[in-house]
Amino acid sequence: MQHVISVIVEDKPGVLARVSSMFARRDFNIHSLAVGPTEDAGRSRMTVVVDGIDTEQIIKQLYKLVHTIKVSEYAPGSAIEREVMLVRVNADAPRRAEILEAASAFGSTPVDVGASTITFEVTGEPGKLADFLELMKTYGIVNLVKSGRIAMGKDQKSAARKQKNGQGG
Amino acid sequence: MTERKHGADILIASLTLEGVDVVFGVPGGAILKAYDSLVDSNIRHILARHEQGAGHMASGYAHATGRVGVAFATSGPGATNLITPLADAYMDSIPVVAITAQVGSTSIGLDAFQEAHTWGISMPVTKHNSIVTRTEEISSTIHEAFHIASTGRPGPVLVDITKDALAGEVDWNGPDEFSLPGYKPSVKGHARQVAAAIDMILDSERPVLYVGGGIIRSEASAELRQFAEQQNIPVVTTLMGRGAIPDSHPLTLGMPGMHGCYTAITSMQKSDLLVAVGVRFDDRVTGDPDTFAPLAKVIHVDVDPAEIGKVRNADVPIVGDAKAVLAQLVARGSRVLGERPAPSRDEWMDQIREWQENFPLAYDQDPDGPIQQQYVIDQLNRAAPEGSIVVAGVGQHQMWASQFWSFEEPKSWINSGGLGTMGYAVPAAVGAQVARPDATVIAIDGDGCFQMTFQELITAAVEQIPVKVAVMNNGNLGMVRQWQRLFYNERYSGSVLSFDVPNIPMLAEAMGCAAFRASTPDEVIPTIDKALAVTDRPVVMEFVCDPDAMVFPMVRAGGSNDVVYMGPEDL
Repeated sequence: MQHVISVIVEDKPGVLARVSSMFARRDFNIHSLAVGPTEDAGRSRMTVVVDGIDTEQIIKQLYKLVHTIKVSEYAPGSAIEREVMLVRVNADAPRRAEILEAASAFGSTPVDVGASTITFEVTGEPGKLADFLELMKTYGIVNLVKSGRIAMGKDQKSAARKQKNGQGG
Repeated sequence: MTERKHGADILIASLTLEGVDVVFGVPGGAILKAYDSLVDSNIRHILARHEQGAGHMASGYAHATGRVGVAFATSGPGATNLITPLADAYMDSIPVVAITAQVGSTSIGLDAFQEAHTWGISMPVTKHNSIVTRTEEISSTIHEAFHIASTGRPGPVLVDITKDALAGEVDWNGPDEFSLPGYKPSVKGHARQVAAAIDMILDSERPVLYVGGGIIRSEASAELRQFAEQQNIPVVTTLMGRGAIPDSHPLTLGMPGMHGCYTAITSMQKSDLLVAVGVRFDDRVTGDPDTFAPLAKVIHVDVDPAEIGKVRNADVPIVGDAKAVLAQLVARGSRVLGERPAPSRDEWMDQIREWQENFPLAYDQDPDGPIQQQYVIDQLNRAAPEGSIVVAGVGQHQMWASQFWSFEEPKSWINSGGLGTMGYAVPAAVGAQVARPDATVIAIDGDGCFQMTFQELITAAVEQIPVKVAVMNNGNLGMVRQWQRLFYNERYSGSVLSFDVPNIPMLAEAMGCAAFRASTPDEVIPTIDKALAVTDRPVVMEFVCDPDAMVFPMVRAGGSNDVVYMGPEDL
């Protein structure tokens, strides 16, 4: 099972190495890792997707790193999760229209069109990307580049208020 | 007052501000500027003969005092030689700060002379580490390093400073502050958890206090004793926790684990409640974790939240410093005991006394046979002045020392527990003796361990550090030999040393030490008496011991603690 863990760290040189070294040393398996700035200068967010059953030790070991500020695990469904990928698909002239139509069902647009291939950019939650890949397999995937997952917790307060308002009126 | 200062001067001034009175190290090209500044300071420098020795000396110093030990090494091989002591200190939670020099910042990554990626290499064996490339960052980084090393769960911190940062000049007017927004170790335990723990203890019929190095590091011995007496709970002390409560105390059961006392092991197996304080359920204690203390609920107190639940689930987890939490437990316990009667533990204590009577630690010294190490340790213990500090290497002699020395005070026992670093004893004893010139410091070493680090006796002789080293010469890597005998059909692959080479007393004398040898049991006591009388230089006692002696009791590695072998006939 995959777990999504969000780690706020001090934006200092080497902090990514500290995190990945700890994962290696403790034999925790990283599925994907995305690092980037936050709204707060001086702090970075790492979104780590890990395989495994128990994340308690992972979270505690992350907290042990001196530059870690905050660690949270997103329960399934509690966060907006996104990945982005670039997929280059075989697309000779007779099938081109068919492929474009299939892609448009995913809201995906071609970003590069070659003599015999089309390259799509797909953004969305991980399931959507998996479905897109499954579909494109039939045409033949030439090249795939995929980002690590990023996630942001849902705004629980506004969701609850909305629901309440809905019931009331 | 703001002054123009070199980075090296700022480094030494920063160490002085942290209260450092001694550093252990070996100089070299990149760190020369720091050594030059050392001349003008009040800090004593002990020139080790190898950086590994310097690192273990810093650790011995920290063990003996609780203060941060400091080691210096140059770039490249100097730094890599410090890795073993850092890993050792990390496993045993010993506060050490290592200062290494790095090649100039513009040379980093170019495979410069004596360049090694010290920051990367040391990362997994330190609590934290830093590389400083700018003179302006030296002061705050040193201040931060001491803070991290000595607070929360203590541990080693390495600061790697480039040659140009040491040489650079800046205006400086005192210690610079650091910022660690995410580092806030807990001290006090949660009051609700403390209350839950007391309730669980008062409901328990067969509790055992399982305590370790955390008690020593947080200086919680008085609180531990008060708590054990108040709640009438017997105490087992792990290898790192020996001396946390006096061995002579009626509630003390001795050491648990692979070579622990039968009673300590079995009381945990039969217990209905383990009150674990400052311990980490190490595999040498638990054996097979699935069959370890199977009937027991667990209250786990530790300053490091990651230790709680790592191996064994805790029914009542309490994150906090051992000293603070034990004081809270005592306070809560006395309030609750005013409202309800203390449970009777007579049946449990009777059972424990019966085990102690039937399965004591014992050894036989045949007056005409070879010397038994247990006999030597027993006699050393009798002859050593009160308050002596015992330092061990790793192996059979270490286990026997932990079994047969009667530890009455915390910080009187120094050894390499977690990493099991052979060669630890001599340099750690030197560090302990530097820290405690008033105390008798006795290293109990094996001949295998001794040959890994004996050159630090040269350091001791030259620096007039009068450590006493008892070398148990059994001509073999004794613990390896024991396992080969028990589990590898007596095929002694690669474990045979030599009784005669080196000639240990001659070697010791060549290094500036006094030296004595005992070859027969009747020579043991006179040898000890002669050695303890030497106080003006280091002294080495060689005891020519039985190579076939084996450490018992024994629980097989990964085996169940229900099966305790009391001797070879049980296997």
